[in-house]
Amino acid sequence: MVLLDVNNLCVRFETHHGTVRAVEGVSFSLDEGETLGLVGESGSGKSVTNLGIMGLVPSPPGVVEAGHILLDGRDLVQMSEAQLRRVRGNEVAMIFQDPMTSLNPLLTVERQLTEVLELHRNMTRAEARRAAARGLDEVGIPDPERRLDQYPHELSGGMRQRVMIAMGLLCEPKLLLADEPTTALDVTIQAQILELMKDLQERRGTAIILVTHDLGVVAGMADRVHVMYAGRLVETGPIGPLFKDPRHPYTRGLLQSVPRLTGDPDAALDSIPGQPPDLADLPPGCAFAPRCSFATPACELDRPRLDPEHGPEAPKDARSSACFETDNLPAAVLPGGTSQ
Amino acid sequence: MSGALLEVRDLCKHFPMGKSGWSGAGQEWLKAVDGVSFDLHPGQTLGLVGESGCGKSTCARTIVGLYPPTSGTIRFEGTDLGSLSPRGWAPYRRRIQMIFQDPFASLDPRQTVGSILTEPMAIHRLGKPRERRLRSMQILEAVGLNPRHLYRYPHEFSGGQRQRIGIARALALEPDVIICDEPVSALDVSIQAQVINLLVDLQERFNLAYLFIAHDLAVVRHICQRVAVMYLGRVVEVADRDTLFNSPSHPYTRSLLSAVPHVDPEVERVRQRIVLSGDMPSPLHPPTGCTFHPRCPERDQVPGDRCSAEVPLLQGCGSGDQQRSCHLDT
Repeated sequence: MVLLDVNNLCVRFETHHGTVRAVEGVSFSLDEGETLGLVGESGSGKSVTNLGIMGLVPSPPGVVEAGHILLDGRDLVQMSEAQLRRVRGNEVAMIFQDPMTSLNPLLTVERQLTEVLELHRNMTRAEARRAAARGLDEVGIPDPERRLDQYPHELSGGMRQRVMIAMGLLCEPKLLLADEPTTALDVTIQAQILELMKDLQERRGTAIILVTHDLGVVAGMADRVHVMYAGRLVETGPIGPLFKDPRHPYTRGLLQSVPRLTGDPDAALDSIPGQPPDLADLPPGCAFAPRCSFATPACELDRPRLDPEHGPEAPKDARSSACFETDNLPAAVLPGGTSQ
Repeated sequence: MSGALLEVRDLCKHFPMGKSGWSGAGQEWLKAVDGVSFDLHPGQTLGLVGESGCGKSTCARTIVGLYPPTSGTIRFEGTDLGSLSPRGWAPYRRRIQMIFQDPFASLDPRQTVGSILTEPMAIHRLGKPRERRLRSMQILEAVGLNPRHLYRYPHEFSGGQRQRIGIARALALEPDVIICDEPVSALDVSIQAQVINLLVDLQERFNLAYLFIAHDLAVVRHICQRVAVMYLGRVVEVADRDTLFNSPSHPYTRSLLSAVPHVDPEVERVRQRIVLSGDMPSPLHPPTGCTFHPRCPERDQVPGDRCSAEVPLLQGCGSGDQQRSCHLDT
């Protein structure tokens, strides 16, 4: 059952340096209970994609254009701000990267949690407090009654991130947009939080869009992966085959450059030469061509597209790579014994 | 003398916290580093790993002299740095340099690259201005930047390029030891790999010793020959790389390693994680005995209340020179 269908999402920012095309022509769909990993480096447009779906891109300078963003068949693009507010926090929730700056330091944990419940569920303050305590308990915070009366600064980083997750899940959203939910955390705390998200997803069937640059986190969480580069999707597919045999040279470079816990530690890491492009001054052809070792003259003239195009009708295990040379790439050699 | 370039023994750095009367009574101390010892040999890389708040950065800053140590000794080629006057420090500062985590905050935005690189040479009176400029161009080339960028400002460079400038600045004084404090954790993966390869390359070229501080264990595995694991201001385990990653001995090291996600989905999905309960306690009020005991998954294998009563010593265990501080039977 398709929950979310995004068609041709474009986000651009009009700055005095020119038009920055942060997201260009992103289309995908997401099923109920599915986890989609959105992977890419800083500036690739993965966070802005999420903000675009939520209608949270600051405007001006941001301009969002999309064919449609259907959530359960209703188009978020056509909705008024008042209608959107009823969706946000209620049906779609977002977890941000930095729990320190995304919690209000002047409000107690209770107030931050109960606000959504009073707003969307018409609960009284007392009912909301009980629900908030249950929410904290569910995310593994000991002694929730006491925590409700504390302020964010009295909590540790892992604890704050749990409060963020609890807040996101209070209204039992159908869709959770998690933007680097564990990046600011240490690995042992990250492990706790990821277990928690998986557990909650299994119990409630929430669909998750997981935005991260950590390929290990994606490997453990996602069913499907979308790789972004310079604002566009460059490769999509189910996690297993995509990580095992990446078909886009960028995905390949990314997977080869990650240090791993397996494989020969003394071998030099493969790195991608050069820098990501300036989004205000993109080349006419493939944005990755200047850094790509497989690029041909054709790559610099024309922009490759994902094929087949994604839509709700596309089969779930379909793979797609926006590269002219996909069929001519030699077999991928990945460190750590995952080579084909 | 064991032939070590840098010998750190029982290093402690305690910070005074909160209220203190004129008598000093009731003063609380935050024991950021509490008895850390290690050796660093020429041309070697020692990794210092642990989670936020374990004291690894304080340790680095104390070694380069940014903080005076509370107690313990830091010997460089046998000379006790703690016994030196600030002027006596100067020649050693040149030989121990540092690379910082944040390539945006650690470069002066108002200095050109050339000025960033020649300033340390001028302070240490190395060469004439013309020679300094020539040398900074050579270093820029060595770190993979264009020597013509000498007159540019830091904001004209990307994060990865700035980190290269930070590395060039550390190299300017021809040091023997570079303390790298999370040098790649602010960079994207593809750029991170470039910088890691550069660090390995420079080490071979200039016979540098690195103290490499990081929380990313996969990065540490790629760059370090020896690894020390810290928890709450103490080293809980130290071993050569392969021993530490293949047969970790301390329960904390084991849980830390098990928490690192694998990039291979097939491995990642079936992997057994040791999920620790709770957070790291505050170093202001560390637990008694072994500081890890409240979170330790293997505590029930030690009879009695030894873990909460007695501080375990860092001592040899297993094969070779693996050491750990734990009451578990080996």
